[in-house]
Amino acid sequence: LKSRAASTLPGHFSEQMKTLTKEKIAWLQAGPMALIFALFFLLPLLFVIIVSFWDYNDYEMIPSFTLRGYVDSFSGCIVNLPSLCTMFATYLETIKLCFLVWAITLLIGFTLAYFLAFHVRTTTWRIALSLLCTIPFWTSNVIRMIAWIPLLGRNGLVNATLMNLGVISQPQEWLLYSEFSVVLALVHLFTFFMMVPILNSMLRIDYRLIEAARDGGANAWQTVWNVIVPLSKTGIVIGSIFVVTIVMGDFVTVGVMGGQQIASAGKIIEARLNALQFPVGAANAVLLLIAVLAMMRGLTRAVDIRKEL
Amino acid sequence: MEGKRTLSFYLLAAFFAAYVLFLYGPMIAIFTLSFQGPHGGLTFPMNGASFHWFERLFAGNGTVKLGDSFWRSLWLGLVVMALTVVFSVLAGLAFRKRFKGATLLFYTAIASLIVPSIVTSLGIALEFRIFDDTAHYLFGNTFDTSMGLFTSGLGAHLTWTLPFGLLIMFAVFNRFDSRLEEAARDLGATPWQTFWHVVLPVILPSVFGVGLFGFTLSWDELARSSQAIGPVNTLPLELQALTATVTNPDIYAMGTMISLISFLVIAFFLALALWVQNRRSKLPNDAGKGV
Repeated sequence: LKSRAASTLPGHFSEQMKTLTKEKIAWLQAGPMALIFALFFLLPLLFVIIVSFWDYNDYEMIPSFTLRGYVDSFSGCIVNLPSLCTMFATYLETIKLCFLVWAITLLIGFTLAYFLAFHVRTTTWRIALSLLCTIPFWTSNVIRMIAWIPLLGRNGLVNATLMNLGVISQPQEWLLYSEFSVVLALVHLFTFFMMVPILNSMLRIDYRLIEAARDGGANAWQTVWNVIVPLSKTGIVIGSIFVVTIVMGDFVTVGVMGGQQIASAGKIIEARLNALQFPVGAANAVLLLIAVLAMMRGLTRAVDIRKEL
Repeated sequence: MEGKRTLSFYLLAAFFAAYVLFLYGPMIAIFTLSFQGPHGGLTFPMNGASFHWFERLFAGNGTVKLGDSFWRSLWLGLVVMALTVVFSVLAGLAFRKRFKGATLLFYTAIASLIVPSIVTSLGIALEFRIFDDTAHYLFGNTFDTSMGLFTSGLGAHLTWTLPFGLLIMFAVFNRFDSRLEEAARDLGATPWQTFWHVVLPVILPSVFGVGLFGFTLSWDELARSSQAIGPVNTLPLELQALTATVTNPDIYAMGTMISLISFLVIAFFLALALWVQNRRSKLPNDAGKGV
């Protein structure tokens, strides 16, 4: 093949050689990253799936093929009907958290991005203000959680202030180590993931479209709803994917801010692993992965539906 | 965009300011409280002001110790940063050409960002456990575990930092004017010279950005480390374990120290990026002068 190509089309052949070496160089360049993902992401995922079908006893996992991990995950789900088993109750709770955090971060993230994209006039200011919102993302999440304790605790600033003002007569316990503080901390930590993609989408919007809407007689709300929201759709979906997947798998924030009292899909995996029940933990991880993928499908489909309308 | 500020501008600006307060307020609270007097507690009001809790932290006689986990996290962060920068820039260059598996690699990176950390962490832990068991079975108990800071821990952190690095490189090369490279090539530059003297200086501010993400994300990483770090702890893991037990401002002093490192690193990288940007615009430009 080589000789035929060379004899008939020498120029073409050398061109082919060039693209071939070019591809080889590209492979060498992408190689290290591909290797890391293969070794520390794809292979591990495969192991999670394999081990979810293994058997186990009190101290080790046993290679075999059994559904025990899955059956144990759903223990009591049929027997205890109509009351919810741990699995269903936990997922319901997690989905509720997820929805709350998603709705709030979307609202805040969109508003912030809208301000930065359409009301801040110079690029320098836009960069400076975006940086102001980004810097906390580069600092420790755990510290940002701990930081709520002096504010929301029993003797915290909020309780003290409200009591001094006479709004409440005794400290409110629901402020910390509660569902409220979990949602608050998640919003505090992850609005960034919603704001950045939306801002990115908004900055790509051709400003003449907004002028056209205004010239056409649209008021500010109509412009936002009918022009900016549809055109920021990609950013909204990307941000939503980030926030939804983070909250669905979260166990650190729920643990620290919930005072280890609130269940979540991530926390039940952690509990199983702490008990060294790896196959059940893996089965739970596979279920979580399926749930997250289903939600992502839902999100991307929601976009297509809008397109159809 | 021209003309007088409208009411909506002021409302949105107020909203933005409130958000910034929400973002930084709690952190400022614990930074302040870490200077609590020796008899002060976990909450306001301040009971005097002192360096008491910092002294305890550095002397190592408080309930919280910076100690070994501090250095472990620092070294791991630096290695993760270096590898993230090198691998991301290389992969960024690769994606400018066409190669088989490019789409697969891209979606794998995105998936690595999106798959819940606990799942990835568990997978890495299982991988290393199974490797250990196999090795023990084949060669006897010549070693305890292959899990560790710079094996499983490093891998776990890279699955989190590399996607960010790659996305930043995508953003850079999407805006890269490839005529610069063509010009360099036409003037006889070798591929290496083209990269070193033309491409790298242009992308340098973003390379610093990748470094910033690489270090800070590793320095603060918790969820992925939880199962995959091996027998020793990193600083965030220690800190998380302490949240449930510590009842004095020791933990705030530690939080302030960790944040201080973060802020120093952020300031360093931002200053570096800004400096490179400024130097470029001030450098004499001989374009079109026939030099």
